[in-house]
Parts: sequence; C-alpha cells; structure tokens
Amino acid sequence: MLPPSFEYASPKSLSEAIGLLASRGEGAKVIAGGQSLIPLLKLRLASPSLLVDINRIPGLNRIEESGDLLRIGAMTRMAEVEASALIRKDYPIIHEASEVIGDPLVRNLGTMGGNVSHGDPNNDMPAVMLALGAEFVATGPVGERTIKAGDFFMDTFTVALNHDEILTELRVPRCRPRSGGCYLKLEQKVGDFAIAGVAVQVRLTKEGECEEMGVGLAAVGPTAIKARRAEDWMRGKRPMGGEAVQELARLAADESNPSTDIRGMSAFKKQVVALLVSRAFKRAYQRAGGAS
Amino acid sequence: MDGRIPIAVTVNGVRKEAEVEPRLLLVHFIRENLGLTGTHVGCDTSNCSACAVLMDGRVVKACTVLAVQADDREVLTVEGLSREGKLHPVQEAFLAKHGLQCGFCTPGMLMSAYALLKWNRHPTEEEIRKGISGNICRCTGYAQIIESVQQAARSRQW
Repeated sequence: MLPPSFEYASPKSLSEAIGLLASRGEGAKVIAGGQSLIPLLKLRLASPSLLVDINRIPGLNRIEESGDLLRIGAMTRMAEVEASALIRKDYPIIHEASEVIGDPLVRNLGTMGGNVSHGDPNNDMPAVMLALGAEFVATGPVGERTIKAGDFFMDTFTVALNHDEILTELRVPRCRPRSGGCYLKLEQKVGDFAIAGVAVQVRLTKEGECEEMGVGLAAVGPTAIKARRAEDWMRGKRPMGGEAVQELARLAADESNPSTDIRGMSAFKKQVVALLVSRAFKRAYQRAGGAS
Repeated sequence: MDGRIPIAVTVNGVRKEAEVEPRLLLVHFIRENLGLTGTHVGCDTSNCSACAVLMDGRVVKACTVLAVQADDREVLTVEGLSREGKLHPVQEAFLAKHGLQCGFCTPGMLMSAYALLKWNRHPTEEEIRKGISGNICRCTGYAQIIESVQQAARSRQW
C-alpha cells in the first residue's frame, strides 16, 4: 500500500521545523518515529500535504534528572526508555509501559513524544503521564509553554498542541522517597493495543497514608482518562485491608467509558479496569514502602 | 520541495543513490529500486515484520519507514548477512535446526535474531521470545525458530 502523495521536509533545527508548520497551516504534519503515522497514511486515514520530519533535529533525545524534574526529550525512542537504568530503577511505571508498547521493532523507532502527541486513546504512555502528573513542553513560534498532562488529551486524536507547535519535552516530577508506581496492561497478543491499561502512582506519608495519588487509564474511553474521583477519594487514606483498594478500583472503573469492540464488551472492560487498578495499586503501594 | 528527492543509502555496505518520491516506503526501495527481494512484504500493515531490516544497527520494519528517512543511513538486509558466499552463523543455525517451514517470515526472523544477538550474545529463552515477539510466523513454527536462535548464540563463528 502506498501512502497518498505528500511533500517532505527534513529540517535540521527546531526553528526551521516550526517555521514550516506555521507557514503551511493545518496541512502540515510532524513525523517523529512514524510507527503510528505511516500506517495511518497507508490506510489513507491521514493525508497531509507536507510531512515535517523531526528526526534530524539535534537535542531532542535525552533522559536526565535536573532540579525537581525527570526530563525526557520528545524524540527519545521507546527502546532507549526501556533500556534506561535510571527509568528502570526509579520510574518503574514508565519502564513497565515502555516494555509493552508495540513490539521491539516498533519500539526501536517509536518515540515518547509521538506516543503522547498522537492522541490515540489506545496508547499506553498517556495514561502513565496522567498518573505521574507530568507536564509537556510545547515549542512554537513565540517560544515554549508547558501543558499539564491532565489538560492535554482533548479528544480522540486531538491534543492541546497548536498546529505550529512541536512537543519537545516530557517533564515528570522527580522520584521522591516513599513513592512508587505501576503500569499493567491486558492485551490479546504481543504488539496489540490494550483491552485495558492502568497506571497507578502513589506517594505515602511517613505514617503510610496516601499523600499523592495518580490513576491513568488507557484504551477505555475517547481519550486517555485521569480517574480524578478515584484519586481524590484515596488521598489521605491509609489503605489497610482490602476495602479501600476495592473502592478505589470501583471508582476508577466507574470513570472509564470503554466501547464494545473486537477486544471485548464494555462491561467486561470495566471489570478489567477494576481488577488492574486493584493489582497496580497494591504493587505501587509496596514499591512506595507501604506494608503489604 | 515538490517531486522527487535525492537520497543516498548505504545498503549492505554499498552506497546507493536514487531520486525517490517522498511516499516511497523503504521496503519498496529495497525490493524494486535495488532488486533485493530477500526482504519480504508480508502484511504491509506493520504487524508481521517479514520486512525487517537493520537501519543504523537497529531492527525496524521497512514497510513503516519512508525511503527518504533512510537517506544518509546504513541499512542491512538479509542479503548482507552472508560473507563471501558463506552463510552467517544465524543462517547456518536456522538451517541446522529447521527454523523455517514455508520460509516467508524467515528473512525478518533472521534480521530480528541477528539484531537480538548483536545486543545480547547470551540471551535466555525468555529474552529470545521477547526479541522475536514482533515477528509473526504464520506456520507457527516458533519452537524450532527459538532453538535456531539458541544454536546461533552458541556458535563461535561470529
């Protein structure tokens, strides 16, 4: 299958890329790893007049902690995230998601920035970023601005980037003591999208109460979902016994809005969400140092 | 920017120049422009990895990369594995362990196996299973494929 015809530019700098996007309007589209966009082009579900390839722009590929942040460059490949010792040790929720996105070949090209800015509700990393309370840096003609992950995913394939902006960095609050996270995904086969994916991040007080709480859901709604009611309910609670976790799982499942499709009935997927939230919370809680 | 774009890709160690449409996929460039038909088009929907090649040392799906994106990069196809008419140890291992039935997925399997062993010379069985998890064998001959990769890992002739 050949994609429809388009023009192609491979700028060497961010300002050149933004200039191209600004001058060409809605017809221009950024290509990063291309692992979602090229299949869409071949299926003729996208037909941009110009592809702006950002693969040759230096400086967009890094994983580093600085100040209160973990900063991940938008062009960092999923395979690089998967192989990062820092991410594996201190951000297991990101590591676990990086291992189950697509397959090894997809992960060799697919990028962190592409995974979130594509706006596909079936992608895994948006749920993780929602649970972590991440921010995204958008660079446009007038400079940089940051967008909270919670404000970023507006609708299916629609995110809060303007047409002349490029997502350049993902910023995650730096790992702190007594915090832990977990990403769990149920899939029919390797490389498939999730039946449901659940990301849970928690930080405990010295007394073992949930001080900070993040829950993100993948593949169970028109966008990735931040389960705010579940988060609010759990904050300040000490999750002793199974009942609090059960209620957390019930609230999160209630906030999901899955459609019935080839991967299962809506009601089934809600049950999967509840089960995965319960399991992911327990693992995140243990990683945060809470008693099991 | 209209029309064709000049590219220069190093394929199996040889620099190849061409002018291509931006929409041309790398797999079609390899098969049709260069005549290297060892790289197969399987599903053409980014699922099966029969088209797997190495680009700058990483295994990728040639049906999900534009030829223009390979400009100035190094590509290794299945034809580039053998040296002076002698099969690569990974190929020898697939031969010895019957790591193929119909053979359609084999070029992609070889490239994924080669890439895996390049990064990890002594993978566990689980690491092998993960390493080839993007490659589909429609004959479902996975058991012998895994044995083939294990055999290749034991080979001392790399």
